[in-house]
Amino acid sequence: MIFGVDVASMLLGGVAAGMVLFIVSVGLSVTMGLMGFVNLAHGGFAMLGGYAIVLAMKHGGLGFAPALAFGFLAVAAVSALLERVLYARLYGADELDQVLFTIGLVFVMTASVTLLVGPENQPLVLPSILQGQIDLGITRYRTYSVVLIATGIAIAAGLWVAFERTRMGAQIRAAVDNRRMAESLGINIRRLFTITFAFGSGLAALGGGLGAEFLGLDPQYALKYLVYFLIVVAVGGLGRVTGVFCAALLIGVLDFALKKYVPQGGTLFIYALTILLLLWRPQGLFGGKAI
Amino acid sequence: MSLPPLGLAGHPAALALAGRHRPRLWEPIPWILAIALYFAFPKHLGFGTELLVTILFALSLDLVLGYAGIVTLGHAAFFGAGAYAVGMLAKHGGWNEPITGLVVATVVAAAIGLASGLVLLRTRGLTLLMLTLSTMALLEEVANLAHEYTGGFDGLDSLPIAPLFGVFEFDPLYPTTQYLYVLAVLFLCFLFVRTLVYSPFGQSLTGIRENMLRMRAVGAPVRARLVICYTLSAAIAGIAGGIWAQANAYVNLGTLGLDRAATVLIILVLGGYGRLYGAFVGAVAYMALSHFLSKVYPTAWQLGLGLLLVVIALFAKNGILGIAENLWRRRRAAPAP
Repeated sequence: MIFGVDVASMLLGGVAAGMVLFIVSVGLSVTMGLMGFVNLAHGGFAMLGGYAIVLAMKHGGLGFAPALAFGFLAVAAVSALLERVLYARLYGADELDQVLFTIGLVFVMTASVTLLVGPENQPLVLPSILQGQIDLGITRYRTYSVVLIATGIAIAAGLWVAFERTRMGAQIRAAVDNRRMAESLGINIRRLFTITFAFGSGLAALGGGLGAEFLGLDPQYALKYLVYFLIVVAVGGLGRVTGVFCAALLIGVLDFALKKYVPQGGTLFIYALTILLLLWRPQGLFGGKAI
Repeated sequence: MSLPPLGLAGHPAALALAGRHRPRLWEPIPWILAIALYFAFPKHLGFGTELLVTILFALSLDLVLGYAGIVTLGHAAFFGAGAYAVGMLAKHGGWNEPITGLVVATVVAAAIGLASGLVLLRTRGLTLLMLTLSTMALLEEVANLAHEYTGGFDGLDSLPIAPLFGVFEFDPLYPTTQYLYVLAVLFLCFLFVRTLVYSPFGQSLTGIRENMLRMRAVGAPVRARLVICYTLSAAIAGIAGGIWAQANAYVNLGTLGLDRAATVLIILVLGGYGRLYGAFVGAVAYMALSHFLSKVYPTAWQLGLGLLLVVIALFAKNGILGIAENLWRRRRAAPAP
């Protein structure tokens, strides 16, 4: 019984972390799949969102939910502007140029945040209703983790419906599978790019805010977790919402379990698995298209 | 590559191709400057040594990135492998003779380059980028975990490096030996890389970079060429890492990190890749700027560096040397019409 409770709480913790990974990474997967753009600055948008949310709560007096909405909108607006002005110039350019450009962007974000806010960690203060524990029948668990899981599932379900059941979702799927064909059918790809990019960055911002409680929030965030976001996308496949969802849960639980049972070497195992997986299936575990 | 057909033997393009390996008049300049630095700024030789090592490391990256067109984010893996090979031998094996230590560093880095290149280079694009990044992260984690051997997070310091040829001491305060030693090694490696890129082998690498499909169609063994190039580049990066560890008498996790891999990429691109001397120009520009700015205004330095990268990626894809070449061409073309 003790073991069962242990496993349950481990699963919950891992799934909660996986949900945050999903919320951040799904935008990266879609924009990479859609535009073939190596966007290493995606973690930077998550960081900016985290800052916007934490600062809005601290100085703007906003509640948690309005602050999340504010972070989403602010980062979506900034990223739409960046997409139109800068990113669009590099569609179809060499990977090297895209890599340099986005690394440069990460540096700019990190330095701006350090200059404007300061180098120290910004703690996220949860509203009291989300603190404490909740009784789930089999085990008591942290309310916030349960809320995270519920939020993640809601977002995933919403995205699934948007992807599979709306006109826009069909256009995105068409463009991921065959961009030229979609374009010649009269789909306005440029507009689609901007909207998806802004929406994906907004989701990353949401993830940055929701995950700030256990991932922390400092200027190094953008580079520190980038490898994790990239791994989730690589495992889940490009432009695949369900793939990224499964991959994020897998990595979240795996990471949580490994850190608990093998505190030494957990990360090592994840890197090794990623390498093997990419060699075996370059298109990812759930993807259909090679990255 | 055989001789051009008879009818084209005197063609200017054929002559240019046949003569492009000949040393240009300006080519001794960097070496003269390096020796001048030794006499002019004896107090800044520590910085000079760091600069020369950076040039060597950037040169190794130029081979894979600039000539073979392999975009890697994990090149520090080989730098770190070389550095740790020297560090662990000196600390645990008691083998601290510098030149043989450097040979071991080269072999270790080359072996890792060959092993990873054989599997990694089957992929392209984003997958390859992810794989190089993960491989480096994996090595970093191994170095972090095996702290009995590698010193873990703190690294290994006060490495007992024996005097060069049994005579010249590595003095940490007056690094004259280090400077000349690194300069000599850099010169030898440069000669090797220069010969390589102007050889038919180097020409085929450029061909692969420009059009892999066509190279395959004309029957070039693309995979083998890429793996060989990757291994050689890894070996040179290993030399850079090993010599860095010897000159500084310590190794730490930073030698394997994403920071170092990104920095060397920035340096090469800043100077201009695929040009041999881009490594020199980029390293001098970057190191001089960072030496003076990063200590006084670390954050502004990062901001400026980021903006610089964005500008290079958007507008100046060939770096400083590319800009200089354009200006030069325009000047030469201007009076003609």
